[in-house]
Amino acid sequence: MNNFTVEAIELTRLYGGREAVSNVNFTLSKGEVLGFLGPNGAGKSTTMKMLTGNLAPSHGSVKICGIDMIENPKEAKALIGYLPEMRPLYKELTVDEYLTMAARLHRVSAKHIKKAVENAKERCGLTHMSKRLIENLSNGYQQRVGIAQAIIHSPMVVILDEPTVGLDPIQIRDIRTLIREVGTDHSVIISTHILPEVEMVCDQVQIIDKGKLVFNGSIDVLKRQRVGNKLLIGLRNPPAIEEILRISGVSEAESLANGLIRVRYAENAEPAEAIVQTAVQQGWGLHQIAPDQTSLEDVFMQLTYQEQVAV
Amino acid sequence: MIINVARKELKSVFASPMGWVILSLLMFAFGTQYLNAVNDYFAVMSGAMRPAERTGVTQFVGQSVYGLASFIMLFAVPLLSMRLISEERRSQTLPFLFSAPISLTEIVVGKFVGLVTFLGILILFIGAMLSTLNIWADIDFGFLLTNSLGLLLMVAGFSALGIYFSSLTQQPVIAAILTFIALFALMMLDRFFGDDPTNVLGSLSLTRHFQSFASGLIDSADIVYFILFAVTFLTLTVRRLDADRLRG
Repeated sequence: MNNFTVEAIELTRLYGGREAVSNVNFTLSKGEVLGFLGPNGAGKSTTMKMLTGNLAPSHGSVKICGIDMIENPKEAKALIGYLPEMRPLYKELTVDEYLTMAARLHRVSAKHIKKAVENAKERCGLTHMSKRLIENLSNGYQQRVGIAQAIIHSPMVVILDEPTVGLDPIQIRDIRTLIREVGTDHSVIISTHILPEVEMVCDQVQIIDKGKLVFNGSIDVLKRQRVGNKLLIGLRNPPAIEEILRISGVSEAESLANGLIRVRYAENAEPAEAIVQTAVQQGWGLHQIAPDQTSLEDVFMQLTYQEQVAV
Repeated sequence: MIINVARKELKSVFASPMGWVILSLLMFAFGTQYLNAVNDYFAVMSGAMRPAERTGVTQFVGQSVYGLASFIMLFAVPLLSMRLISEERRSQTLPFLFSAPISLTEIVVGKFVGLVTFLGILILFIGAMLSTLNIWADIDFGFLLTNSLGLLLMVAGFSALGIYFSSLTQQPVIAAILTFIALFALMMLDRFFGDDPTNVLGSLSLTRHFQSFASGLIDSADIVYFILFAVTFLTLTVRRLDADRLRG
């Protein structure tokens, strides 16, 4: 018995012959937060629906804590909290009524229901909204009710489809803290369009494009890819490029359109100090030096674009 | 678990004015019919000279009220059942139930039980109203009981059919119309094929099976008919929802 909370094995879903999700494999361990990235229509939501048993996979299987979703759906579903893209809220009920109902349907025992509801409300900042009709809540608060509903039975795996859509920046920050908090003792899978969010809350990242996984690994790998071995230098009296190439460790240098110079260096070299010293000695007028980060967007674009070329 | 789904349905019905309005309007209709029937009873019986023409007050008033009830249910049930699944489908709340640890059968049966419970309240009220006759007369409670049982079984059949049509569409109104037409057709079968007792189509008629209950007779064949009717449509509903999961 391994410690995987979620196992997806060769998950494939066909829609009328077209593969919406094809051959997706991954595992998730306890205490990890997995970010699901991908352009629109890439198959993120379809994958999530299959993980939660809302959609039957065409091939492959899903295991939640070792329990097969297709063979024992009830036992597997009891371990999952799911917030779909469209919030499944009964708007004619109050927050308390709705959450009590959610707790009951998720087999929270009668004497713990009250505590579970209070706890979920507190975690999602809904305590002062208890008696309000869900219909009358703002978009952001409705989203919080949706999240509260997903964590009410403290499931092993929480699956949130775009949880921060429609929230204001403060709420987004709260929700991210909440996701991290939940992620410490449970597993969380979130899907999002917002790339910095992935960097902030996730341990693992998956990028999915056209139904295929194009990247699957820890966030550090993605970050490293992002940082690269590049420096951006701003000089008032820039010398010829050859002069810069002469500094030890520098392997490449190019002038950019905005007057800055991009310098590449070998894997283990740290030429920053040498560059500064040389610049001062030669009087190049150094006014800026910073690591050149490709944005996460670029990495994302690269990964999804490569896939397109390959196809 | 079935009970939890049923509780949810009842809560939804009573969370909006809809449930209360329907309850009160229907009770108003039945109450009026009851008063009229009591008045008529005196008028008719004072004119009935020979003993053979005389009927008991329970039968006279009961038949009048239960006759109206079975007719009104034909309209009321489609209105109440239309929302059950189509509304959830339209507002995309079905994943909430699908991802909870309950089976499709439990969801469907839960919804069915919820609706039948709501209608059961109505049937209970009618029974209580007619029991008040006992203050002035010695009434036949057996007759009330068979009628209530018959009405409950018939309403259960209506509800199962309504839930099935509700699962076919996203538009509650369409579900209501389809249910109404189907129920009406099943009622009308008796009109066309009622003369010939050997006709198979005629014995599908809902009215014919209610008739024996209405005259105070419990026939196991009728009970089985209504139960099979409900089970058939509930099974079809489960299959329809399962198709959602399989085909997406």
